[in-house]
Amino acid sequence: MPSLKKQPMSEQEGDKRIHNFDEVALGYTPEQAITEAKRCLQCAKPGCTQGCPVGIEIPAFIRCIADEDFEGAIRVIKKRNNLPAICGRVCPYENQCEKFCVLGKKGEPEGIGRLERFVADYERKKGIQIPEKAEATDKRIAIVGSGPAGLTVAADLAKLGHDVVIYEALHESGGVLIYGIPEFRLPKDVVKAEIEYVKQLGVDIQTNVVIGKTISIDELREEFDAIFIGTGAGLPHFMNIPGENLCGIYSANEFLIRTNLMRAYKFPEYDTPIKVGKRVAVIGAGNVAMDSARVALRLGAEDVRIVYRRSEKEMPARAEETAHAKEEGIKFEFLTNPIRMAGENGWVKQLECIRMKLGEPDESGRRKPIPIEGSEFALDVDTVVVAIGQKPNPLIAKMTKGLRITEKGAVWVDENGRTSIEGVFAGGDITTGAATVIEAMGAGKKAARAIHEHISR
Amino acid sequence: MYRIVAKKEVAPAVKSLTIDAPLLAKKARPGQFIIIRIGEEGERIPLTIAGLDVQQGTITTIFLEVGKTTKQLGCLNEGDAISDLAGPLGNPTEIKNYGSVVCVGGGVGVAPLYLVAKALKDAGNEVISIIGGRTKELLIFEDEMQQASDELYIATDDGSKGHHGFVTDVLQELIAKQKIDRVLAVGPTVMMRAVAKVTKNHNIKTIVSLNPIMVDGTGMCGACRVTVGGETKFTCVDGPEFDAHLVDFEELMNRQRTYITEEKVALERCGRCRH
Ligand SMILES: Cc1cc2nc3c(=O)[nH]c(=O)nc-3n(C[C@H](O)[C@H](O)[C@H](O)COP(=O)(O)OP(=O)(O)OC[C@H]3O[C@@H](n4cnc5c(N)ncnc54)[C@H](O)[C@@H]3O)c2cc1C
Ligand code: FES
Repeated sequence: MPSLKKQPMSEQEGDKRIHNFDEVALGYTPEQAITEAKRCLQCAKPGCTQGCPVGIEIPAFIRCIADEDFEGAIRVIKKRNNLPAICGRVCPYENQCEKFCVLGKKGEPEGIGRLERFVADYERKKGIQIPEKAEATDKRIAIVGSGPAGLTVAADLAKLGHDVVIYEALHESGGVLIYGIPEFRLPKDVVKAEIEYVKQLGVDIQTNVVIGKTISIDELREEFDAIFIGTGAGLPHFMNIPGENLCGIYSANEFLIRTNLMRAYKFPEYDTPIKVGKRVAVIGAGNVAMDSARVALRLGAEDVRIVYRRSEKEMPARAEETAHAKEEGIKFEFLTNPIRMAGENGWVKQLECIRMKLGEPDESGRRKPIPIEGSEFALDVDTVVVAIGQKPNPLIAKMTKGLRITEKGAVWVDENGRTSIEGVFAGGDITTGAATVIEAMGAGKKAARAIHEHISR
Repeated sequence: MYRIVAKKEVAPAVKSLTIDAPLLAKKARPGQFIIIRIGEEGERIPLTIAGLDVQQGTITTIFLEVGKTTKQLGCLNEGDAISDLAGPLGNPTEIKNYGSVVCVGGGVGVAPLYLVAKALKDAGNEVISIIGGRTKELLIFEDEMQQASDELYIATDDGSKGHHGFVTDVLQELIAKQKIDRVLAVGPTVMMRAVAKVTKNHNIKTIVSLNPIMVDGTGMCGACRVTVGGETKFTCVDGPEFDAHLVDFEELMNRQRTYITEEKVALERCGRCRH
């Protein structure tokens, strides 16, 4: 009878880690990994694999770990997933593979995410192996955006022997993995190593190229046999309430880009500054809000509050992220909606809010928050981070004639990732709105298959 | 890496760099800008495009050395390189035949304005330009503006050349004298605000090119947000040019001051540059 509990993973202590940007979760030792792997029941019809958007043969890789064949394990994973050290850190396993694990019925499910991370880290430390590639074809594919969607398409097509070029607008590749998710949750060295793997497959990554500006989609179509658009959901939402443009108010994207991409936490060694006062309010309660709040703490804030208009139950953040935030001392103002930001000498000083109650379920199925009249109050703040979501990046849509866009501003695609323009494919957050790393990768895999078919005709 | 092929000192503390960037040179239009980063520890800053050479595949940018990054940039020489350069960003200036157009340029703003003035002239406009600076030595692109304009007026704060006073004084006089169909202003925010005030009274359509703090320059962060006609706009993708009469200049000037303390700290550490 396997143990009901997962092997625990050691972590940096809460009171220490809020003073540094080092990774919080520390990973399994080989012994822990083997013990955890032996819990797996090796089901004949594994639900976990069906729950994985990229279809990793999960029991097979876990069996390898149990047999102490870590290299075998990574080979199994990499057949389906080109970025396992990333996924092993940021995937919402509880909603995917682990949700379908039979062990989860009586106790805790198999620690699939932790095991994936373990083998990927094992390989990285030993030196990443480059797999055999198919013979070179004469087909060329352009990929726009180097987030998880673009990297996945690139790696899959390069393995098939095609010539792949990624164009990235920023100076570093990786998309949200580099500019959004903080170092303490996903170390940039881990991301860089996985991008290096994609490059070693023969993919050419050109940074500082803004498609739609530097080169148009039409120009790419003349030069390439197919195009993939994976430009993500990078357009930040604002509240559109009075006072929002005072100094000291950041979109989560700006807050995280300054910190992660530009390393503002190392100012003045790095040139990009960021200003965080003692009291910080973060509006929103998704993963992006949790990341922003935890970054604020590490940048020296003393009182960090999440302000969310619904209750704890409706929070979109992963349970693990919320738990980490709580351990670190982040406070929560549930059922609270900001209505105005008030300033002094041009800087934000107060966040005026109103308390809410929950009414009937809305179209999202969650109970709709309703303001309670007369319950207005003000929070004293020095810094506000607005983390209420991002929309698909509108630039390419605006600059490309004939590209069909949905009502929500996403690029329209069919079930195989084809857009309304022949030979142009898309996937990831640009087609779904802000979602997850693994879903972007799943969409990338599907599009890679469709592109391969399209160019092999 | 993006190689510097030519460097010039245009005025005291004002430098011009011509950089190898063939893709950009082909695409850039008057009114657009670029984002550069010098190296690994560097910040991303926007710079306006002041010159293009499609044949050579180069673009030229002119900047005033005010902060650490521009000072460091000014220390680079022909043959050196910067690690990143992206663009052309923002929307190009709308060029049409409007009739009589006044181009007002202040400080280093005159450099990007030159490309705009030239394009307006080529489109058949009567182009009257007013350029200004604190003092005679700080005036740039005078010859170029002369060529691109039917008439050129100069104003200096200290009276060392041309009109003793502000560009807006000259603009007032012009408006009193003749019919003006459109005004374009590029320069320090205070100057653009002053121009907007003058032309608003006379109901002359006025376009300004805004220069807020930016990070990515592609619409991802909102650092560059400004209020235009009561709505929040992102300067890097919705601008950089806006209807001057709708811009909330006070808000813009407030936001531009966000990092003054940090800018000082950074500048003090800037040991490499000896000026
Ligand atoms: C702070 C934060 C935390 C998150 N945490 C998690 C998590 O824990 N787990 C999880 O699964 N998901 C998480 N997500 C969501 C996840 O990161 C995204 O769903 C995923 O990255 C989407 O991948 P993508 O490839 O579609 O786009 P992105 O990762 O957004 O990449 C798009 C890339 O395209 C580039 N680009 C845009 N326009 C152009 C252009 N015109 N030309 C060239 N390049 C362009 C962008 O610069 C960017 O690099 C988080 C997101 C954020 C913001
Ligand atoms: S500079 Fe980031 S949105 Fe404009």
